[in-house]
Amino acid sequence: MLSRVAWLYIAVVVLLAVALIGTDPHVAGSPQVVTGVRYWAELNVLRLLFLICDSTPTPLAARQSAWSPSSSATLAGVVLLGPLGAALVGAVSVLSFRRQRLSERLFNGAMHAVSGFAAGTAFVALHGRVGVPSPADFPAVLLPFAAAAVVHVVCNHGLIWAVPRLNRGRGPVLQQVALESSVPLLLISDLGFAALGLIIAVLWAVMGWVAAAIVLVPLFVARWAMGQFAEQQKAYAATMAALCQAVETKDFYTRGHSERVSKGSGMIARQIGMRPERTEALMFAGMLHDVGKLGVPTTVLQKTGALTEEEYAAIQLHPMRGLEIVREIGFLNEALAGIMHHHERIDGKGYPMGFAGHEIPEFARVIAVADAFDSMTSTRSYRQARSIDEGVGELRRGAGSQFDPLIVDAFIAALDREGWQLPDPPPAPSELQIVTAQDHDDPTAPLRVVESL
Amino acid sequence: MTTRQPIENWSSWQALDSGRLLLLAASGMLIVASLASTAVSTHHLNVRVALAFGGFIALGELLRLALPGGREAAPIAMAGAMAYAMLLTVSGQPTTAESSLGVIAVAAIGMIVGALPHIAAGRSAGVTGMCTRLIAVTCVAFIFRPVVAHTGIGQLRQWWLALAVMALLVLVGWLADTVISALIRADDVRARFSVSLWDEMRVQWPLGAAVGASAIIMVFAAEIMGLWELVVFIGPLLVTQVAFRRYAGIRATYLQTVRSLARVTEVGGYVESGHSRRVSRLAVAVGRELGMAEPDLLDLEYAALMHDIGQLSLRDPIPGGATVLVSAADAERIAQLGADVIRQAGVLDKVAELVRCQSWPSRGHDPEPPIGSKIIRAANAFDDLVGASTDRERTGAAVERLRLDTSREFDAGVVEALSEVVGRRLTSRL
Repeated sequence: MLSRVAWLYIAVVVLLAVALIGTDPHVAGSPQVVTGVRYWAELNVLRLLFLICDSTPTPLAARQSAWSPSSSATLAGVVLLGPLGAALVGAVSVLSFRRQRLSERLFNGAMHAVSGFAAGTAFVALHGRVGVPSPADFPAVLLPFAAAAVVHVVCNHGLIWAVPRLNRGRGPVLQQVALESSVPLLLISDLGFAALGLIIAVLWAVMGWVAAAIVLVPLFVARWAMGQFAEQQKAYAATMAALCQAVETKDFYTRGHSERVSKGSGMIARQIGMRPERTEALMFAGMLHDVGKLGVPTTVLQKTGALTEEEYAAIQLHPMRGLEIVREIGFLNEALAGIMHHHERIDGKGYPMGFAGHEIPEFARVIAVADAFDSMTSTRSYRQARSIDEGVGELRRGAGSQFDPLIVDAFIAALDREGWQLPDPPPAPSELQIVTAQDHDDPTAPLRVVESL
Repeated sequence: MTTRQPIENWSSWQALDSGRLLLLAASGMLIVASLASTAVSTHHLNVRVALAFGGFIALGELLRLALPGGREAAPIAMAGAMAYAMLLTVSGQPTTAESSLGVIAVAAIGMIVGALPHIAAGRSAGVTGMCTRLIAVTCVAFIFRPVVAHTGIGQLRQWWLALAVMALLVLVGWLADTVISALIRADDVRARFSVSLWDEMRVQWPLGAAVGASAIIMVFAAEIMGLWELVVFIGPLLVTQVAFRRYAGIRATYLQTVRSLARVTEVGGYVESGHSRRVSRLAVAVGRELGMAEPDLLDLEYAALMHDIGQLSLRDPIPGGATVLVSAADAERIAQLGADVIRQAGVLDKVAELVRCQSWPSRGHDPEPPIGSKIIRAANAFDDLVGASTDRERTGAAVERLRLDTSREFDAGVVEALSEVVGRRLTSRL
C-alpha cells in the first residue's frame, strides 16, 4: 500500500490539476482561446488519440512499468488548443482502458493534465501561436514547440519519478518508469514522439481529424518494436537461466547457485553505483561463472578424499573452460574477464592467473564475494548451511587476503538493505543423484590436495 | 543469423549471380539515364528541395538498420525518397515540375553519398540493398507523376484522393522492394521463392507500414512546414529506428548465446566437438529445402543446437557422444530430460517439443513426430556417422545408410532433402 506521504503527494497533484483546469482561461494568460464546435471537435479527436495510445502501452522489460506514445496527442493539443486544451487532453488518462487502481487512475490523469498545462504555458510564453499552423508560422514556431516538448517530458517524468521515492519501502504500486537502464532511452523516445505532436497539428490544416489517424500508424509500429524488444529480452533471460540450471543438474547441492550469485553480484553493483549496462553484464557473468565446471570430470567433482595434483589442476581449469564456452557471446569483454578470474585472490594466491589486488578485474572481485557467500550459506554434503551472520564473519575474515575489502563492505551494506533469501535446505539426495563431496567455492573448507610423486 | 553463413562463405564472384547482375545493370542504367536527363534540363529541379531531400536520404542510408535474419534496411532513406517522389507542394508552392528522372537522380546520389562512410569504415557497401530501394522508388516516381498530371490531386484540395493514390503507391513501392529482396534471398539461401516471399513480407511489413505512412505524412506536412519538416521528422523516425535496432540486436545476442551455451555438452565431453553446430546447420538447410518458413526454421535451429542438452543429466558421457548407439529407451529418456530443461525457460515450448520427439522413429510412431524432430533425428544420425569429415565416400555411405532405414527410423522425404543438401555441399567444395 501507499505511504502517507505518497497519498499526500497524489492529493496535491490532483488538486493542482483541478485548479489549473478550473481557472478562467482568460486569467490563465492564454490570449487566443478558440471555443465553439471546432474547439470541441479537435479536443475530442485528440482525447481519443490519447486514449488509444494510453490504453495500449508497451510493457517494458523491467517489471511494473509501461510506455506509451501518448505524449504526441498532448503536444498536438498544445499547438492546436493551448495550455488548457492540452491539460484537458491529458486529463482523459483517467478514463484509460488499462486496468488500474483508482489512486493510479487519478494520479495519471492529474499528472498528464499538469504536464500538458505546463507545456502549453511554455509554448505561449515563448510566443507560440495557438491554433492550426500556417506556412507563415515556420520556422518561428519551432523554438516554442521544442521548449514545450522538453517541459512536457521533464514534468511528466519528474512527477512519476517522485512517487516511488516518497513511497520507499512500500513496494511499487503506481505506474512507474523503469528505474533501470532504459530511462535515458525513454526520455529520448518521448522527445522524439513529442515531435509528432507538431506534425499532427500541421496535418490538421490539410486533412482535419484524419491527421490523428494517419499518425497512429508509425506510432503503433514503434510501439510494436519496443514490445518485441521487451519480449525477446525476457525470453533471453529465461533461456539463459534454464540453461544454467541444466548445467547445475550435474551437482545436486549447487542448485540455484548461479542464480543467487547473479543476484548477489547485482546487489553489490547497485551498492557501489555501477552503471546499469555494466550491472546487467555483471549479472550475466555471475549467472555463467561456473559453466566451465562441466569440463571437470564427474569423478573429480565427486571425490571425497584429498585430490591429486592433476585433479586439482582440472578444477583450477574450470574458469578457462567457462570462458571457452561463452567467448563467442557478444557481450561486454568485462563479463568474460569476470568469469575467467572469479577465483583469483587479492593476495595473488588464486587461479588461474595468480593476479593480485587491482590486477583482478572488478567484475571478478564482485563475483568472488557473492560466489563464496552463497557457497557458505548453502548446505553441502559435508556440512550444514551456515547462517548469514557466520557467512558475513567469514567474508570479513577473508577481506584483504581472499576478497577485496571494499567489495565485502559493499556486499554487507547491500545485505542490510535488501536482505538475502537463503536457499531451501535440499532434501536428502537419492542414490541416483550426483553429489559433490567438496566445494571448490567454499573458503571455509579449502580443497585438500595431496602431493603426487 | 540463420541464413548468413552460406553468404559469407561464398567468394565474391559467386555472390554476383545472374539475379544480382540484372538488378545492378538495371539500376546502373537508371542512374545514368536520370543523371543525363537531369543535367540537360536542370530547370526542372528545385535545387533547395533537391539538396534537402538528398541530404535526408544520405543520412538515412548512413543509418542503416539490421533486421532479423541478416537483412539490412534503410527505413529513413526509404521514407525520404518516397516522400520526395510524391512531393506536391513545399510551403504552399507547387513543386510538380520535379520530374520522375530528377527524383531518381537525387535519390541515387543521396544513397551513394550515404554509402560512402560505410565503405570508408570497411563495411559492406550494401549495393544490392541500395539498388532494390532505388527500383522501388523508381516505381513510385514513374507512376505518381503521370497520375498527378492527369488528375487534380496536385492541388491538395482533394486531399483524400491524393491520400488514396499515395497509399496505393506506397504499397506498390513496398511490394517491389519485397519481391526483389525475396528473389535475391531465395537465390542466396536456396529457398523456394514462395516461401522466401512470405518470409520477407512477414519481416518487412511493420517497418514497411511505418515507412509508407511516414512518407505520406511528409508529403502533406511539407505543404505547411516546408523543408523544416525534415528536421522535425527525423526525431520520431530515429526513435522508431532505435527501437527496431534494439529488437534485432537482442535477437542476435539470443541466438549467439544459445549457440555458445549449446557447446556445454562438447566441453563436458558428452558429444564430439562441433557436433551441435554442425547438426543445426544441416537441419536448417534441410528444413529450408523442405520449404519451412523462417519462424519454424528458427525453432528448428534452437532445437538442433540443444538436442543433446539432456545428456547433461547423465552421470558419465556416452562414449563418443553417439546417441545412435544407445538403446531406444535411453534415447527417449535423454530427449525427455532435454525437453524438460528447455521447457523451464517458459518461452521455448515449441523447441522443447521438437527436442522431446527427436527420439521417436519417424515412421509408424503414434503420434507422429513433427517434421522438425524428424529432421533433427536424421541430421543427428548423419553427423554421428560422418562427423566433421568431408570425405565423399564416407558421406555417400552415411546417406545410403539413412536411406536403408526409411521404412521406420527416418522419413524418406527428409533423407532425400538431406542427400540433396549434402551433395550440393560436396560439389561446392570442389
